[in-house]
Amino acid sequence: MNSLIHARGLIKRFGDFTAVDGIDVDVRPGEAFGFLGPNGAGKSSTMRMIGCVSPPSGGVLRILGMDPRRDGPAIRARLGVCPQLDNLDPELTVLENLVTYARFFGIPRRVARARAAELLDFVQLGERAGSRVEPLSGGMKRRLTIARAMVNEPDLVLLDEPTTGLDPQARHLVWERLFRLKQQGVTLVLTTHYMDEAEQLCDRLVVMDGGRIVAEGSPRELIGAHSTREVVELRFPTDDQGTYAGKLEGIGERVEVLPDRVLLYVADGDGALAEVHRRSLSPSSSLVRRSSLEDVFLRLTGRTLVD
Amino acid sequence: MIPSVHVLEYHLVNYRRTWRASVFSSLVLPLLTMLGFGLGVGGFVTGGVDGVSYLEWMVPGLIASTAAQVAVAEATWPVMSCFTWVKTYFAQAAAPLRIGDILGGHLAFMLFRVAVSAAAFLLVAFGFGALRSGWAVAVLPISLLLGAALVAPVAAYTASVSSDSYLAILMRFAVLPMSLFSGVFFPVDSLPTVLRWVAWALPLWHGVDLSRAATLGLDPGPGAVWQVLYLLAWAVGGWFLASWRYRRRLVI
Repeated sequence: MNSLIHARGLIKRFGDFTAVDGIDVDVRPGEAFGFLGPNGAGKSSTMRMIGCVSPPSGGVLRILGMDPRRDGPAIRARLGVCPQLDNLDPELTVLENLVTYARFFGIPRRVARARAAELLDFVQLGERAGSRVEPLSGGMKRRLTIARAMVNEPDLVLLDEPTTGLDPQARHLVWERLFRLKQQGVTLVLTTHYMDEAEQLCDRLVVMDGGRIVAEGSPRELIGAHSTREVVELRFPTDDQGTYAGKLEGIGERVEVLPDRVLLYVADGDGALAEVHRRSLSPSSSLVRRSSLEDVFLRLTGRTLVD
Repeated sequence: MIPSVHVLEYHLVNYRRTWRASVFSSLVLPLLTMLGFGLGVGGFVTGGVDGVSYLEWMVPGLIASTAAQVAVAEATWPVMSCFTWVKTYFAQAAAPLRIGDILGGHLAFMLFRVAVSAAAFLLVAFGFGALRSGWAVAVLPISLLLGAALVAPVAAYTASVSSDSYLAILMRFAVLPMSLFSGVFFPVDSLPTVLRWVAWALPLWHGVDLSRAATLGLDPGPGAVWQVLYLLAWAVGGWFLASWRYRRRLVI
């Protein structure tokens, strides 16, 4: 078994509530693996079990070939963890945050300092090494947390929603750095509910909903399996878009009516739009786009808001 | 446990930012207290207590009481911060540390703070000529033992409550009465029986009593062994309680 993460029928219960309901996962060395899902899908619970800070309630879990129930510290010594909420020390400097954390892994102070300096350059915080963490921007803190997760040269890096709450520039910088790590052969496991993030970073992903895995594959495969190649978005000048549903019947594979627009799932967007006009329907606006992971996600997990 | 040394190291790095102010106040506080209580109040207690001057009688109590204050202060808000505000413990739990390392390292730092405060107070008391015996150095290990008897159970309490208003409750309804009724300012013999039992039950009085024997150079008698064991029991019991509460919070 050369999976870094191997789970079979993995379960996490909190009292009567089942957060993770029997999932099977295998993550191979060098890949970037994503857990996608709406809030409450069980992503973070899964990540905490993988991070060996939350014992599984049932099933099999092996991390780096070891059993988290027994070998927690030995496994954690080889993991890098970037939690959803930054837990840096705001009073310490950027450098001190990395060095004190490296010491928890038993890394000698001199090695820790050298490695911290390298990592700060890598996440473009070299010039801020001596500043306190508290006044840093959200993006800087997140990059520092990523650097901290790398301080023990981990075999496996866990990132729980690495770009949630960041502005677009900061997100792109984080993605770029994570992509570089991936190129260096670091195995990444991340959770996200951003589809563009998953498409950018993940070689393979699973979509979770209600504690179960509802789909699995590469972003391409998932779009191929659960959506069409293109999507046509139409808006009609009416309060009830639904009245047009019948008239659009038969164009493409599927028609989805939303409160403000109608989506046509089709292989050929332009052809479908021509057919719409041929049926002398005149939407006030129309847009042909490629199908995205977002379409797959909404198809699989529904459009109902989960808070 | 070597990993807990790294945790202690983290807390010391954190302390390094404020150590000057901290040490300064560790010296000024006893100075003011000695002036206010020892000389001010002592001026009224003309007959002294148990055959020694009020200042000499009270100083060991003040040292023990300061050790207790520092212990409780370190085991309340900073612990809450590590769980709730900064979430330091969760960052540590993701590293290859065990619950015992995280707790042990932090408790060791708290005891370090207790030791510094007690040593500073002892120094000031020596300057005032308020120590009657060379045995006064025993106040340091006594303060550490008293500190251990308090930091562990108080950390367990802090780990169990949901907001810092419970810490204010602890201060008001446990720490303040303990400081008042533990023979720091007046002998417990002058208390009604019920309050005397309260004093005996809480750790501080034992620390005060042992410290007093040390600075006055009195034979503490065979009872001292039981007092030491009693404080140890608080420390060990507190350790198990805290380990349990920490595990409940960190391993979910």
